[in-house]
Amino acid sequence: MTPTEAVASIESGMTIGIGGWGSRRKPMALVRELLRTDVTDLTVVAFGGPDVGLLAAAGKIRKLVYGFVSLDSIPLDPLFTQARERGELDVEEYDEGMFVAGLRAAAARLDFLPIRAGLGSDVLPANPRVATIASPYSDDVYVAMPALPLDVALIHMNRADPQGNGQFLGPDPYFDDLFAMAATSTIMSAEKVVPTEQLLHDSSFHTLLISRMFVSSVVETPRGAHFTTCEPDYDRDEAFQRHYVESAKDPEPWTAFTQRFLSGNEQNYHDAVEAFHQTEGAK
Amino acid sequence: MTSDVTRAEVCIAACADTYRESGEVLAHAVGIVPTLGARLAKLTSAPQIVLTDGEAFLMSTPPPLGKSASGGGVIEGWAPFRRIFDILATGRRQSMMGASQIDRFGNQNISLIGDWAQPSRQLIGVRGAPGNTANHRVDYWISRHSPRIFVESVDMVSGVGNDRARAAGPALKYHHLGAIVTNLAVFGFDADGRVMLRSIHPGVDPDEVARNTGFPVDVQNVPLTRIPDAEEVRLVREVLDPRGARSREVPD
Repeated sequence: MTPTEAVASIESGMTIGIGGWGSRRKPMALVRELLRTDVTDLTVVAFGGPDVGLLAAAGKIRKLVYGFVSLDSIPLDPLFTQARERGELDVEEYDEGMFVAGLRAAAARLDFLPIRAGLGSDVLPANPRVATIASPYSDDVYVAMPALPLDVALIHMNRADPQGNGQFLGPDPYFDDLFAMAATSTIMSAEKVVPTEQLLHDSSFHTLLISRMFVSSVVETPRGAHFTTCEPDYDRDEAFQRHYVESAKDPEPWTAFTQRFLSGNEQNYHDAVEAFHQTEGAK
Repeated sequence: MTSDVTRAEVCIAACADTYRESGEVLAHAVGIVPTLGARLAKLTSAPQIVLTDGEAFLMSTPPPLGKSASGGGVIEGWAPFRRIFDILATGRRQSMMGASQIDRFGNQNISLIGDWAQPSRQLIGVRGAPGNTANHRVDYWISRHSPRIFVESVDMVSGVGNDRARAAGPALKYHHLGAIVTNLAVFGFDADGRVMLRSIHPGVDPDEVARNTGFPVDVQNVPLTRIPDAEEVRLVREVLDPRGARSREVPD
């Protein structure tokens, strides 16, 4: 399946979860594909990075549900902060652990999970739909973190087989399995799609994080997490991320950035990135 | 013998001292000085604490500053992000976080400046601050002590302060604010949960501390922060931070 075909199943108004973490192993090729569609009015659920920045700047997000939005080596994503400061984004901001509990609740088909995080903080007044619940066993009161069910999850893995079994090879699985299990359907991109019997050629069975039970589409997108990390296949493209941030600070360079990198297909994107490195910069 | 000790080195020793009673817990440190403090503690007064590389690995020896486990050091365990949330819920963790704002009860803000609906400055978000403060000891590090950071009231409570924790009742029984280490002084909390000065760094005028704190603090008769001993200074300069990254965060 091509990325275009996979993303065609996403409709305006859907709730989509995006795997990875900050500027790490984000399904950026799928996000760029989404930018090429006329889909809009999305509820986006993510440990946000440039995925959130790009979708926010393109006006595709109606509501953002997040634990944080960061580019890691650069703390803030200017496209996200600008959207917030213009008052454009409807947001639910959670403590990171609350966010994970919300995914776990959705994956387990529960309405909520109890958690301590959030009590006493302004996360609760900022999210009036979040209730507390009294313990039936003691005087404790916990946050009843509501489930974060997803229509679609987008995740990017190092390897996958055509049936939808996915493998991470880097140091951290992040929460991609939870995103897949919390979603009605999951689109998984991978650096490389290999026959099932080759999945263990690069690493041990502990890396087989994603089962085909939770995946509906598999697409091969080499360098599909660019410019975020996809260890050990490649590191973050720091020079390009800096260029993204510098461009995003003002409308004019941002228009130039989108015309140069985001106006064509995925091959055009990678060609433009290569040309960027040849002309502007040491990687 | 240690009269040439820098302000940054005093701050690092003060951060290290937050682990004296901690036991075998995971040390989470945000910033150069707190990271060096945790590593110094590991090599001196608190060998039992568990260090991370800031990514996915637990380290039995400190990795080189600014590098993950791949840059060196000895890995003793695997703790990807999902495991961190499991560990913090057990309470076997201690965090030293930064703050964009902090008030007299230790309420901390890293989320935004201004209104929730339309912030004048969107910052990083609450991140793990609510969960950290609900589950285990939290200390803070302020590299530039100023009245813009020490405020009467924070714009969004990310890390829970002592007044809020008390009001929340028994579910926050594990709430524990330790110290606030700054480039000028070390704060603790009094019996009412209010910020109080514990020590002022050598060479700092007490009036400077008062002037740079946006709520009243008693600066009279406050002892001096201890100066790190010769071995601590050697470890910081020769082993932990030979390239002097600490002076980027706290200039000499």
